[in-house]
Amino acid sequence: MKLLTHNMLTSHVKGVTKGYPLLIKATEVKVNEVDFNPKFVCRMIPKLEWSALVQAADQLGHREDLPGELVPDYEKNEDFLKKVHRVLLEVEVIEGCLQCPESGREFPISRGIPNMLVNEDEA
Amino acid sequence: MDCTVVNNVKAATRRGKEDKKVLRKQLKASHTLLKHEGISTASQPTKNLVVANGGLGNGVSREDLSAAMKQFGDVESLFMPPQKPYAFVTYRSEDDARKAHTQLNGQKLQSGENSVTLYLSYVDSVKHKEEVRVHFPEGLALVEDFVSPEEEALLLAAVDWSTSDQAQKALKHRRVKHYGFEFCYDNNNVDKDKPLPAGLPEECLPVLHRCLQDGHINVLPDQLTVNQYESGQGIPPHVDTHSAFADTILSLSLGAKTVMEFRHPDGRVVPVVLPERSLLVMKGESRYLWTHGITPRKFDLVPACETRSADHSEPDLDSHGDLTLSKRGTRTSFTFRKIRHEPCCCAFPSACDSQGGSSPSPPSQPSLPSCHADATRLEEEYVHLVYNAIASHFSSTRHTPWPRVCHFLSSLPPGSVLVDVGCGNGKYLGVNPQLITVGCDRSSALVQICAERGFNAFVSDALNVPLRTDSCDACISIAVIHHFSTQERRLAAVRELVRLLKPGGQALIYVWAYEQEYNKQKSKYLKDHNKPQNGGKSKDKPEEVQEPYKEPSVLSASHLDNNHTGDLKDDSKMTEGKLSVHTNRTAFNSQDLLVPWHLKGRKTPGEEESSSGLHTTNSPDSKLSPSVDTSQVPGGSSVPVFHRYYHVFQQGELEQLCIEVTGVKVQTSYHDQGNWCVILKKE
Repeated sequence: MKLLTHNMLTSHVKGVTKGYPLLIKATEVKVNEVDFNPKFVCRMIPKLEWSALVQAADQLGHREDLPGELVPDYEKNEDFLKKVHRVLLEVEVIEGCLQCPESGREFPISRGIPNMLVNEDEA
Repeated sequence: MDCTVVNNVKAATRRGKEDKKVLRKQLKASHTLLKHEGISTASQPTKNLVVANGGLGNGVSREDLSAAMKQFGDVESLFMPPQKPYAFVTYRSEDDARKAHTQLNGQKLQSGENSVTLYLSYVDSVKHKEEVRVHFPEGLALVEDFVSPEEEALLLAAVDWSTSDQAQKALKHRRVKHYGFEFCYDNNNVDKDKPLPAGLPEECLPVLHRCLQDGHINVLPDQLTVNQYESGQGIPPHVDTHSAFADTILSLSLGAKTVMEFRHPDGRVVPVVLPERSLLVMKGESRYLWTHGITPRKFDLVPACETRSADHSEPDLDSHGDLTLSKRGTRTSFTFRKIRHEPCCCAFPSACDSQGGSSPSPPSQPSLPSCHADATRLEEEYVHLVYNAIASHFSSTRHTPWPRVCHFLSSLPPGSVLVDVGCGNGKYLGVNPQLITVGCDRSSALVQICAERGFNAFVSDALNVPLRTDSCDACISIAVIHHFSTQERRLAAVRELVRLLKPGGQALIYVWAYEQEYNKQKSKYLKDHNKPQNGGKSKDKPEEVQEPYKEPSVLSASHLDNNHTGDLKDDSKMTEGKLSVHTNRTAFNSQDLLVPWHLKGRKTPGEEESSSGLHTTNSPDSKLSPSVDTSQVPGGSSVPVFHRYYHVFQQGELEQLCIEVTGVKVQTSYHDQGNWCVILKKE
């Protein structure tokens, strides 16, 4: 699971109102090199919940010096875009789980895949 | 006129109106009885009444209806036909019948959790079902009180449900544990070379020795499957795989009674009450030809009189009306079987997988769901489990993105967030690299394939997608919603897609069409019938797996050739209320059906390579997967067949479904190679 996916996922357990962002409890994290495409990263940034990304990177120990607030004029800041590229697309959670911040329900991540199925009584 | 009189007049008028309403409904009920059941009501009072809505089929128990009827006089007989929404009552006198008619017509009756409004009409005679005595299937025997309550307790205690190991499966709708050998639900067979570490629990031995002594078996079983059914759970009709197990199958019922239905291929159905502590012995025809299953429900119809006379040892349920409802408890069954080591040579080749007959577990022919629990069970067994089992083969046939889906994806602005709900092997996730894409699918095996290809994907149900509301620029749902088995669930799936969209966002939906011929054009699905096929038995021809438009080609190569009229009919038999099994590459004869998937055997590494090479080819004719010698399929000579549930959409049905969702407009709708398609736009 890349942090791009994590940025989109939310807890959907019945009754939960603040299921976002999910906490990451990782037991295995990998970093895979992916071709850097500054234009693509630029387009992704406005689609992101920035604080959720920073928090997730933090939890995985990959925040490095990513700022808490989105920097202005990031389009021209290649150094910044590279950092975003890294946390969004290169850092990958292989094993662990995602936890709903409100209900505590855990969703397993196995072989890089989050399993977000809920039981019938939770849906 | 004083006040009281005025009020009385008003009350009388009001009553008059209500009486008219009751009369209208009663007339309607008597018309329905005539039309659907051939019961004609009498205009003059008689001793006999038909009570519409007062039937077992409405969940009214015999006790409750009987109590209501007895208020008005001596009841001579009460006849409640099974599964019918009405009952017949005969009073000793016409007067009492008249009283009951006046007092009870249009009144509510509470029975358990059900409340029904009764409508009564006179009938000249009570229409009894033809008194055909239904016999047990040939070879079936039921021994009541085979084990004592003490033995029952001992056996139940011998099953340790707390440990979770390979041999214990949490099937969603019942608990299962295997001893001796594991029964594998993927191929409905056992691996005879892999006995389980735990043999049969020793608590079973006295019981089994008694079976030997009594001559029910002549060799001790070596495999045990323990099933635990909570109230409301069941098992689809099936024949135990011939090639896996020898003739006699023993089944002990413990903890609670249930009703097991036996079905003959000719349509006969024999429900058999299995009391707690009874032993069921299946041999011969009842074991090899009839399917047996338990309908998931909370109440069963059982004979009203518990004390059965000696000559009535076969409690056949259909031949008399003395039935009532029995609430199900938790039932645990012990099924003892003997592993078979040579091919089966029974006298029923049509049902025998060793003799090239139908699939090991013949299409268990579930019914269309009537409640939410049925729907989820159906989809679990006939969609989710199947896709997980066929994932790799399925994926190898799904490599060509459909052109009009690609067109939609290419039309989205760069940087759009796209979610593919039901992404399968992810073939659309990389079509437009300018998009930010994520996919989800119910099948973890398919999502695994997406991940291996480097796509973002997670496992999720399409009815409950874990993404924020208003977060996506576009969604696609390609060949997904037709797997939901009720209108309500199909609607919920569309609603969930729309929820994900940002205002202004678009969703593209494809579902399989009932109309495989549109504007005089046959879909590719139909046209491909004459391309090379594997046909299940002809092992020398490669299976044709190109897919621009759905479904692998299999079977029935000659089917269309025999039919020159163009009026193609599915040749499967439709038993009442059951889903029919579709014949691949033919026109549909029903909107709700089971579509067979003939699973190819495991590939050798070399074949795997050439198969994955197919992803890059684009010419349809070159996309032939390597042929598989069917005799190499592990565990038998036949190709495993899986059945997937589909609801195929009729023209206009998809649009109609989408119109019911608020806040969204149908922008475009079209027919594309046997699929109905819409593009929705959120407002």
